[in-house]
Amino acid sequence: MTAVLAQATGVDAPIRFPAVEYWTLVPAITLVVGALVLLLIASLSRRTYGAGLYAGLTVVTGLVSLGTAANIWQRVSDEGPSTAVAKAIAVDGFSTFFAVLIACAVVLGALLAESYVRREQLPAPELFVLMLLSASGGMLMAAANDLIVLFLGLEILSIALYVLAGYHGRREASSEAAMKYFLLGAFSSAIFLYGIALVYGATGTTNLGEIATFLATNVLSNNGILLGGMGLMLVGLGFKVAAVPFHAWTPDVYQGAPTPVTGFMAAAAKAAGFAGLLRVFFSAFGSEQLDWRPVVFVLAVLTLVVGSVLAIVQTDIKRMLAYSSISHAGYVLVGLQAANDSGVAGSLFYLLAYTFMVIGSFAVVTLVGGRGDSRHSLDDYRGLASRRPGIALAFTVFLMAQAGVPFTSGFLAKFYVISAAVDRRSYALAIVAMLGAAVAAFFYLRVIVVMYGPPAEGDEQRGIPLPRSAAVALGIALAFTLVVGVLPAPVIDFARHATLLF
Amino acid sequence: MHAPTPDVTFPLLTVIILLPAIGGVMVLLTPSRRLDALRLIALLFSVGTAALTIYLAVKFKSHDGDFQFVSHHWWIRDFGISWKLGVDGISLWLVVLTGILFPIALFGPVVKKDVKAYLGWMLLLEAGCLGTFLALDLFLFFVFFEIVLVPMYFLIGGWGYENRVYAALKFFVYTLAGSALMLVGMLALVFLHQAATDRLTFDLVALAQNPGVGESTARWIFLAFMLAFAVKVPLFPVHTWLPDAHTEAPTAGSVILAGVLLKMGTYGILRFGLYLFPKAAVDLAPLLLTLAVIGIIYGALVATVQKDLKRLVAYSSVAHLGFIVLGTFAFTTQGLSGGVLQMVNHGISTGALFLLVGMIYERRHTRQIAELRGLQKPAPVLAAVFTVVMLSSIGLPGLNGFVGEFLILIGTFVTHRWWAVVAASGVILSAIYLLWAYQRVFHGEPDEANASIPDMTWRERATMAPLILLIVFLGVYPKPVLDRINPSVERLIDHVEERTGESQPAFAGGGAGTTEPHEVGE
Repeated sequence: MTAVLAQATGVDAPIRFPAVEYWTLVPAITLVVGALVLLLIASLSRRTYGAGLYAGLTVVTGLVSLGTAANIWQRVSDEGPSTAVAKAIAVDGFSTFFAVLIACAVVLGALLAESYVRREQLPAPELFVLMLLSASGGMLMAAANDLIVLFLGLEILSIALYVLAGYHGRREASSEAAMKYFLLGAFSSAIFLYGIALVYGATGTTNLGEIATFLATNVLSNNGILLGGMGLMLVGLGFKVAAVPFHAWTPDVYQGAPTPVTGFMAAAAKAAGFAGLLRVFFSAFGSEQLDWRPVVFVLAVLTLVVGSVLAIVQTDIKRMLAYSSISHAGYVLVGLQAANDSGVAGSLFYLLAYTFMVIGSFAVVTLVGGRGDSRHSLDDYRGLASRRPGIALAFTVFLMAQAGVPFTSGFLAKFYVISAAVDRRSYALAIVAMLGAAVAAFFYLRVIVVMYGPPAEGDEQRGIPLPRSAAVALGIALAFTLVVGVLPAPVIDFARHATLLF
Repeated sequence: MHAPTPDVTFPLLTVIILLPAIGGVMVLLTPSRRLDALRLIALLFSVGTAALTIYLAVKFKSHDGDFQFVSHHWWIRDFGISWKLGVDGISLWLVVLTGILFPIALFGPVVKKDVKAYLGWMLLLEAGCLGTFLALDLFLFFVFFEIVLVPMYFLIGGWGYENRVYAALKFFVYTLAGSALMLVGMLALVFLHQAATDRLTFDLVALAQNPGVGESTARWIFLAFMLAFAVKVPLFPVHTWLPDAHTEAPTAGSVILAGVLLKMGTYGILRFGLYLFPKAAVDLAPLLLTLAVIGIIYGALVATVQKDLKRLVAYSSVAHLGFIVLGTFAFTTQGLSGGVLQMVNHGISTGALFLLVGMIYERRHTRQIAELRGLQKPAPVLAAVFTVVMLSSIGLPGLNGFVGEFLILIGTFVTHRWWAVVAASGVILSAIYLLWAYQRVFHGEPDEANASIPDMTWRERATMAPLILLIVFLGVYPKPVLDRINPSVERLIDHVEERTGESQPAFAGGGAGTTEPHEVGE
């Protein structure tokens, strides 16, 4: 075998392994180590622990990861961005921003899952292990400076999520969701991989920096292969972020997956997908803007329109939030379409704000869903305000934030990406985005109307317990949404300085 | 970027906005069963705000057209967004009107259902309204302009009548869609200004000095702004949300909606439309004047045939707001001053009308004109108060409505004669629909149900007294109010004339020449 390899490469030299600067990967490694510790405890310990321990350890792991990310942030701002591990890993504000974002999603997701696992009597440790592993994949995607690493991250993220989607084995919908997600996800991964192959064929490298240099210094006499590669990669990542027309899986999977997992997925998987999309298209294919911006324009318009319009006719809250998450992807695409620094910063701000809004929303859905995770129709929210005014008020804030009402983070997020679009004179896209927001207000308000209406018959007495961990998650999400809505300057600063390596 | 000068004086305007907001938050934090404490907090904060706005009017320097009490702090520095507030003659009376109307609306009609949330939303609404009138930063204005929708939505949806959910949703989505384009227009203006001057700012004054946009671009952005304001005013043909929202809203909601919220549209036209895009405003004036006149006639005609008393008052608003827009786009000092004054007048008289209709509904549980008859007999005081308010709304000389409408018509006549002529017939129509409604409701022999209603209580009389006083005072002696409006209006007119090269006829304000010289009768 070695002989064959040596023959193929034509030289006798041994394979050289690059130096690995482990510190650059500490946030992701922390998550993996945390996952392994959880597994060890679960398999070696004689007695079985409750979900509390595992969730607690996951939260601690997430916080440590957050701390290490902050440390790297400090280093990046002092020394400037750099690459590591033979240029395969980018150490820049962008990757750290996503490390922070994904760590936040882990913390909130774990807090939410704790009571869920107990309520649904699901096996505890695996869910948290998978969550941590999938998050580490997301961080790797955001740090990838090489298409192969990006693909590795994508797979680590996705495979864990496929299992998570089907985690509630007693619910048929959950297994169905896992199956759908897996089949379509595998397809999209294959498409993405083929895109990498084509780009490699066109440019001779998989390193993002080298691709950018190659494209900046060479004029391709025939760029069909490159365009094909770019298109396939856009499809593959578009699937992950649920952009129309690659969104078909979203409603079913969001509806079927256990609700805390849905929240985590909506926040972390979407963010990781956009991390890849932004990095690849903005930095590697930056010089090919004229080719991909019109395509992204069309994708953004389709995503905004289809997402908001189809959300109107949903009667299931989870499905409605799924369509709304599609339309949110449209807003992030608006930032990508602007293809300038403020567009990227706007997209980042949007994703961070959305993380808290969406996990907060799904926290409420988890609570109202009740035992069996089944009460998700609009009718189950009838009169929620009279039974649980606090939960109803929190949900109102999250929905208003998603609708883009002022003094919430959601408003500034929309403002940021739309201002980037206007800055690039994409007036049409900005107008579509604003009108999409008006349409979206309709279905968010519909839920609020129902919550503040009279309770459904026989439903007045149904208790909705609020476990402490879920209350903490709700509180954090609520505080972030409102505080950033009023005093956004620090977060905007964070997003602006989370610039890419190039 | 210029650093804003720090406030050395007492930040009066900031306090005026924050006071009701703090009151609202305090109400929300108070346990809902402590009704007295809740009412006391709301009373203290709303009356305190009213007192501050009156203090503002007293301290306001007349004969100064510039912005006063300016307060300027960075909010989001990276975007050039600042917390910049200021008041001039155009916004001053709207602020005072807001300050006075809110305590009246809060404590006039009795609300028993979910008092805590009701008071909380009302106070937050007040903060939003005051912010809209005081903001001198485009972003800040937009934020307040939009946030107002949320409390109003909950007030209509939570405390309104049968069809409230539909009306609240229609109100919210309609207005939100209207202002969608405004944000895009606003951003376009800001970035074009940045391209021209290399300074990213949302500061209204800086943008008005040098917008940096070409003529046709300015026209598009102006239209984007106008769409938002036209929905809010509401101008024909985007008025259809108004009758539903007004009719279904609780009494206090209707009072605030008609008295304050609609003024955000007309105020926005003056403050942003005319000030930022003078040339576009002058060029497109014929279109807007025509829409205003259509609104006047259409609103009046539709009001005439309403069967529901509240809906009748709602449509009368369409007509009255048409007058204000007419005066605005006349581009004469008289027309504009009349428009500003009429905003206040309409707030008072229509607010009072909604309160009275609410009182009738409380007694009879119907608003159908056909079911009301001869109310004069059992309730003479109610009938008398209704008469005064109605006459003010019609525009009878000696009451406030006359002064505003007269100035608008005279100001419009000198520059746009035929529009003024058609609009004047709206005055007659308003007499027809209001007097006819009055006749049907108050005259005649009351049947059994109508004969037994009680007259106004002392509480209701106390609610109406300040409004009646204002109606008479402004009708007899509007000078102190006009003295503070005029300098700012003249400044705005000067700004428009400077930028367009056109000037109003000499006797309508100042300057020589006219857009239509042959029509000047001097």
